[in-house]
Amino acid sequence: MKSVVIIGAGPAGIRAAQTLVEHGVRPVLLDEAARGGGQIYRRQPANFKRSAVKLYGFEARKANALHQTIDTLREQLDYRPETLVWNAEDGTLDTLHDGHAARLAFSKVIVATGATDRILPVPGWTLPGVYSLGAAQIALKFQGCAIGERVVFAGSGPLLYLVAYQYAKAGAKVVAVLDSSPFSAQARALPGLLSQPATLAKGIYYRGWLTAHGIAVHQGATLNRIDGEQRVQSLKWSDSNGQHQLDCDAVAFAHGLRSETQLADLLGCEFAWNPLNRAWLPTRDNAGRSSIAQVYLAGDGAGIMGADAAEMAGERAALALLEDIGYLIPPQRPAQLEQSLKRIGDFRQGLERAFAFPEHWAAEVADDVMVCRCEEVRAGDIREVVREGHWEINRVKAHCRVGMGRCQGRMCGAAAAEIIARESQRPVSEIGRLRAQAPIKPLPFGLEIEA
Amino acid sequence: MIEVDAVIIGGGIVGASAALFLGKTGRRVALLERDFCGSHSSGVNYGGVRRQGRPLSQLPLSQKAHAIWAQLPQLIGIDGEYQRSGHLKLARSLNDLLALQDYADSSQGFGLDLQVLDRAQLRARFPWVGDVAVGASYCPDDGHANPRLVSPAFAQAARRHGAQVHEQCAVTSVEHDGQRFRVRTQTGLELHAPWLLNCAGAWAGNLAAQFGEPVPMHSGHPAMLVTEPLPLVMNASTGVEGGGIYARQVARGNCVLGGGQGFALDNARARPGQSAVLEILRQAVELYPFLEGAQAIRTWSGTEGYLPDRQPVIGHSRTQPGLLHAFGFAGAGFQIGPAVGQALTEIICSGASKTSLDAFSITRFHSISVA
Repeated sequence: MKSVVIIGAGPAGIRAAQTLVEHGVRPVLLDEAARGGGQIYRRQPANFKRSAVKLYGFEARKANALHQTIDTLREQLDYRPETLVWNAEDGTLDTLHDGHAARLAFSKVIVATGATDRILPVPGWTLPGVYSLGAAQIALKFQGCAIGERVVFAGSGPLLYLVAYQYAKAGAKVVAVLDSSPFSAQARALPGLLSQPATLAKGIYYRGWLTAHGIAVHQGATLNRIDGEQRVQSLKWSDSNGQHQLDCDAVAFAHGLRSETQLADLLGCEFAWNPLNRAWLPTRDNAGRSSIAQVYLAGDGAGIMGADAAEMAGERAALALLEDIGYLIPPQRPAQLEQSLKRIGDFRQGLERAFAFPEHWAAEVADDVMVCRCEEVRAGDIREVVREGHWEINRVKAHCRVGMGRCQGRMCGAAAAEIIARESQRPVSEIGRLRAQAPIKPLPFGLEIEA
Repeated sequence: MIEVDAVIIGGGIVGASAALFLGKTGRRVALLERDFCGSHSSGVNYGGVRRQGRPLSQLPLSQKAHAIWAQLPQLIGIDGEYQRSGHLKLARSLNDLLALQDYADSSQGFGLDLQVLDRAQLRARFPWVGDVAVGASYCPDDGHANPRLVSPAFAQAARRHGAQVHEQCAVTSVEHDGQRFRVRTQTGLELHAPWLLNCAGAWAGNLAAQFGEPVPMHSGHPAMLVTEPLPLVMNASTGVEGGGIYARQVARGNCVLGGGQGFALDNARARPGQSAVLEILRQAVELYPFLEGAQAIRTWSGTEGYLPDRQPVIGHSRTQPGLLHAFGFAGAGFQIGPAVGQALTEIICSGASKTSLDAFSITRFHSISVA
């Protein structure tokens, strides 16, 4: 029998599951992690005993609520943790769990695959001790580890101040926060940000708290390079006052988040360029219906909106699904959710202005900077292929291997696109989209195959 | 309006090498490619540069190609990761080994220098091959190359020799006005030429049909995958008698494996498909035990043209003077492609190919009606 399936047990996936269960549908919930919660509300291993407040701060109540939901629902779901969906085709999902490959036929699927950091490489970013902001946060939430003893946080996006704050609260020495967006951009963005005053207040609070605790917060600050012999020892950054050096033993950096869209691609969803996300995203209507009748999209995997929006989008997509298979749904609820999502969307517009994408990066990144770690492709290698006349990103990939390795371009694709666009003097929306190919993540030889 | 000596439809390795060789003789050539040159089956195939196992009728042309491959860097400006690693065709049963022995006997005189190895010889020389193989046939000078680099480089080299290369330039109409072909493209070009080369791969059937000689061609979609880089183990490209899977290891350490069929996403694109991928993963550890626990990081497929006898069509149209066909290579066009481009060039420049193309005539699909 074909199942109703949810991929991803983060805020969107869990709320979607809850909504389906409340209406009497028993979905299959597939998740790569051992315990539900997603990345943002990632849970510590069962034998760790830190309090939710310590782990999640202001978000403790939401994290708790979500974890309780998945714990309560467990018996009413076919919940399959530690399960990777590595491929999708022809109404079925291909899964990998504990060395076993299996197929799962679906009647409907909600794709809630979340996001990863958007990385714009700088010299030295592959040194041990350099992490993405999200990874730094996971080390803390999941394992109670800091990435170093003297940490610099750099880049842009809401995670920047949040993670720095969480590290300082946890007792790590935060050397500095280097925010690439200028203060003027953040001031201009204020009207949009006021649409979500509570979220804005938290952001201001984090920054104020850091400053009040003597932590240097620099705006309009560009991370120039990270130096060290065996691992991070120092970094250089610059602002309008010139170049500066900081000693540190770890760096966490990113420029916002990017959606994990590979499964939507393999499922055949139509994609469109999204200027706000600066990325190709699967198209969806306000309810989360994709261009494919069986496929629904929710959460950051279909465009970065944050955890609160993901919860609502998960519920909204589940309601759409229920309606499409003939269930009666609460008549007011869809409109309420869509209205709230719209407000968050307005806020997100403001955030993008506040944490503006550093458009100059692609022009300035030096030729010898590694862009694709998996295949060891440098910025100059990409530029050389473009100078040979190639401008379509899949062709550039074919010629220099950028995005061809283990991560399949999930880490380097955004940066490569920026370099190709700059070098070929085309808008980044005009150089094509990296095509997803199975497996989404590496697949071992010698796996056992269920008939 | 563009006046040239030859319009070539299809920027795969066959069309691009024809453009290159014609360009070298000073002929004015326009190469039209709907997508990007070398981006379909010429660029996404396994990368085998292999003579062993081909039908005997292909071996003279394949030997010509072998000589061209030896000059690859001089010809296209890059080495294309081409290496004469040797090609090892494995037998999983004694019957299969007998078949390999038969092939070695019958192909003698073509210059392949095949060596049939029994189990002990195979173990001694290629200890990384799994016990499932009972013997093999080894062709020392066959090898492999990177099709992603080689096929587009033929088009680049053609451009350097004066060929006009038009990418993202689909052909919308072809006519013959009694004297020359008139070819129009989606981009608004109109080209005139006395020669038209149909090198459109899996999509070549339409043009043949337009000139009254339809062919029973169907598309195939080979399933391919690649591992993360591994320690260098495989010192030969491999295949298996009777089909199954084929594998090679590149200098970077990645193993490239293929086998089975994928499926079409649309007219131009394909995916390898879950079943074929899992089957490769399963069979690979039997044939190449060192792969146990390694990771496959990427899969892909392409669109190849197959005729029922798995032989290509190469040579003159039966119905339209000036029209030359070269398509339907059944997943085995990469090695032989440059020699086909050369043969087409010989037809145009000196009236006939130096190598007989009789076995590949399109007339074999058309019974001659006697009135």
